[in-house]
Parts: sequence; C-alpha cells; structure tokens
Amino acid sequence: MKRKIDSIIEAIIFVCGILSIIFVALIFGFLLKEGFAFFKEFGVIGFITGDLWYPTSDPPKFGILPLIIGSLFVTAGACVIAVPIGVMSALYISEVAPKGVRDVLKSFVELMAAIPSVVIGFVGMVTLVPLVRTIFDIPTGLTAFSGSIMLAFMAMPTIITISEDAIRSVPWSYKEGALALGATKWQTLHRIVLRAAMPGIIAAIMLGIGRVVGETMAVMMITGNAAQIPYSIFEPVRTMTATIAAEMGETVRGGMHYRSLFAIGLVLFLITFIVNFTADLFLGKTKK
Amino acid sequence: MSAKIQIKNFNLWYTDFHALKDVNISVEEKRITAMIGPSGCGKSTLLRAINRINDTIEGVRVNGEIIVGGKNIYSENTDVDILRRNVGMVFQRPNPFPISIYENVAFGLKVNGIASRKSVIDETVQQSLEAVLLWDDIKHKLKKSALTLTLEQQQRLCIARVIAVKPQIILLDEPCSSLDPVATQRIEELMIQLKDIYTIVIVTHNMQQAARVSRDTAFMLLGELIEFAETGKIFTNPNRKETDDYVSGRFG
Repeated sequence: MKRKIDSIIEAIIFVCGILSIIFVALIFGFLLKEGFAFFKEFGVIGFITGDLWYPTSDPPKFGILPLIIGSLFVTAGACVIAVPIGVMSALYISEVAPKGVRDVLKSFVELMAAIPSVVIGFVGMVTLVPLVRTIFDIPTGLTAFSGSIMLAFMAMPTIITISEDAIRSVPWSYKEGALALGATKWQTLHRIVLRAAMPGIIAAIMLGIGRVVGETMAVMMITGNAAQIPYSIFEPVRTMTATIAAEMGETVRGGMHYRSLFAIGLVLFLITFIVNFTADLFLGKTKK
Repeated sequence: MSAKIQIKNFNLWYTDFHALKDVNISVEEKRITAMIGPSGCGKSTLLRAINRINDTIEGVRVNGEIIVGGKNIYSENTDVDILRRNVGMVFQRPNPFPISIYENVAFGLKVNGIASRKSVIDETVQQSLEAVLLWDDIKHKLKKSALTLTLEQQQRLCIARVIAVKPQIILLDEPCSSLDPVATQRIEELMIQLKDIYTIVIVTHNMQQAARVSRDTAFMLLGELIEFAETGKIFTNPNRKETDDYVSGRFG
C-alpha cells in the first residue's frame, strides 16, 4: 500500500515536471507551424530585410527590418542606461552600503521588479514623454529614447539582483588578499571583485536584455509605434513585440497577415533564446 | 639588534569576546618568529593585527600599541594601504586571484603605483617568481590563469606576489596547512632562504614546523601570551608549565 502511494506521488511529480517541457514544445511547435506556412509563401530573406511593413495594403508588404531596428534601438538604449547603473547599484548594495541601507535598497529593487509593465508605460506616457518632447524640442516625445528609459527601469531589477549575487559570491579570500597587498577598497573592488564576478554580471546583463527585448506593453505605449526605419533614437519606432500585440486583434485567422505575426514571434523567440542561452553559458561558468 | 615589531599591551575584542589580552612581544629583524598554541588561542588574530587586516571584520576593537618601523600602526594618521604594502601577508589557503599568473604578481605593483613601465613590471615579476623558485616551472605559461597551478605552486605564487611589492615584514598564517608534507618541506626551505632579507612571522599549528624554521617562538593560550623565548628554549626547557604541557603534547 505504502509503495503504491509512493509510485502514484512519483507519477504526479513526473507529470508536473514534464508539463513545462510539453508547454514549451507546443508553443514552439505552433510558432513553427504558422511561421513556416508564412515563410513558404513569402520567403525568409524578403521578410527580414524588407524595409516596408504594410501588412494590409494591396499587395501587402511584410518587411520587418523597421521592426527589428526598432527593437534594437530601444534595447540598445535601455542597455546603455541600465547596465552601468545596474552594475554600480549591485556593487554599492553588496560591497559599500551599510547593512541597514542594504536591506532597504534590496527590498526597493524587488519592489521595482513587481511593478506591472503597463503601469511603467502609463507613468512614462504622462511624465517622461512630454518631458522628452520639451527638452529636446522634437515634434513628439513618443520616441525610442523614451522607450529606452522606461525599459531600463524594467531591466534594472534583474541586472541588480543577479549581479549582486555574483559579486557577493566572490570569495572573501580574494578581497583579503588584495587588501593585504596594499590595494585600496576601490582598487580591490574594480580590479579583483568585479573581474571575478564578471561571468555572473554578463549573465545578469543578458537576462536583463532578454526582458527588454520581450517587453511589450510599455514600449507600445511610449515609443510611438511608427513602423519606419528610424535614423535617430529621437524618432518614433515600433518594436516586434508591439507589432504583434497591436495587430493580432485585426487579422483574419489563418491569413497571411496573421501568419506573418507568428513569423515575427519566431524571430523574437530566436533572439531571446540566443540571449538566454548566452546568459546560461556565463552562469555555468561562474559555478565552476 | 633593533626590534622590528613591538607589540605593547595589546588587546583585541571581537564585539564582546576578549580575544587578545595584554600581549607584549618584540619581534627581531631578519629572523623567523613563530607563534604557536592550540586553536582559538589568538595567534592568527595577533598576526592579523600586525597588518591591520582585522580591520575588515566587523566589531573588532583594539587597545594598546603595535609599533612597526618606529611608528604605532594603530595611531590615527597611519596609512593602512602603505602599512600593508610594508607588511605582506600569506594566508592559510592559497588565494591567488582568478587572473593570470603574471597579473597576480603585477597586481601589487600596479595598485601601489610602484611601477607602471612594462619593462620594469616584467623584470619584477620575473625576480619575484625566481625568488620563490617558481620561475623555471611557469615562465612559459605566465598568461595562464593562476588557478591552474597546483596548491603548492599557488602558495609560492602568493609569496611571490607579496615579495614583488618589496615589504620589510612577511606574515605567514599557517601557510602549509593545506599542503602535503613534501610541499610543506619545500615551502619551509623557501622561508629559511627568505629570512635573510625579510622579517618573517609565522603562525603554525604544527609544532615541529615551528621548531624547524624559527629562531624565536611565542606560545599563546586563551588570548594570552604565555611565553616568548628562543625556539630551542621553548621546546626543551620552557619556564612555564603550560608551555611544557603543550610542546610535549599533553594537550592542544
């Protein structure tokens, strides 16, 4: 009897464990099916290098280059802001801040991660967007730049928490060794601690980027959603994610437009997969 | 001969725990002084007080003086970075930095601003590695990570790293406790060579090691210095009963 219960419980746990794999496989399979149906008709090269996205005109044009560049601009901008601030915060929290300050900061960072992206988008829309418009004196504040700033806020909690873990797991003996050689605290931090923690920090940055690339709601609200190739970050852009979210409701199920959105999803999946995979590689390296 | 390190009425507390009680020792120049005693007697703490690396531990308070090179290192105007450059330290477990062998040795030169020209650094790196008898084994793989070396080589590298900044004093905190007997013997030989140039203080768990390498020995117990004398006297004819009991293996 006891054995029977054991094996039942084991089976339940097994099913739960395998479910997550099944879900991912199903989603991926669905993406592949719809995406490939699209590629068969339209071709991959024309899809990725085409510079016009007019899915509803006649004949429709499915070039996602503007969308890729839009995602790239917003992501790169967010990284430029979030990476230095995030890594510095992690360094401050783990190495410099007194214990009381550290605890407060850590809970605020966790709180930051809990803000829904629609709220970030909304706050950005009513505060940042008008500000950007007046400061840079441009026709609209709905730009890649505004999107980058708001997305930086979303990437920061990931970057901070994971970098902080990496920095704190640097063995004390390294720091002691450096200090004992006459290094100042700062020299110890940037020459030894940061270097030792670097694989973990890179993984943190990658996961942060992964979050930014996949983010939809906030970018849709503040980047202006113009599907054109931007020439500076102070122009409106549209990202791949925002395109899918905005257009899925108006497509005909099974039509070319519908399928093209799945094809975008496939490209997006590929990008985030590569980013996460790189992060995993680096995380694996720290554990060794 | 002049005393290199004078420890005067030195007390140290970890928060409320009184770890060192009124310790007085004069360490002489250019010889090896050993500190022995059972675990928790405060010998490592005392060693770590001499380069103020204890400062990095929260809740440490001190009282009394440690005079190095004529100056009390616990006075307010002590530059701790300069002190630590003059008083090098080798730790219990080899702790090379996870960077290249070359960079490990060059680290101290760079952070202390001792040398910035590559030729000067190259030369010092070579000299330091030669001094610890490591150069011939690793000269062809200086760019490799220091973590690829054997434990003994790592410990030698840590000594080379200290020598590179040209300290006057080298503190060794149980430097052989993670090494095998053969490696231990070789490190001991190295210490004996180095004592002609440096003042060496070694903390050791291993009484035979103290007997083999040191000229003077301090015996500590429960945070107090019980006896400090020439090594031969400590091991054959100590004044205090506690010392006799410890060195003859009755406790500890």
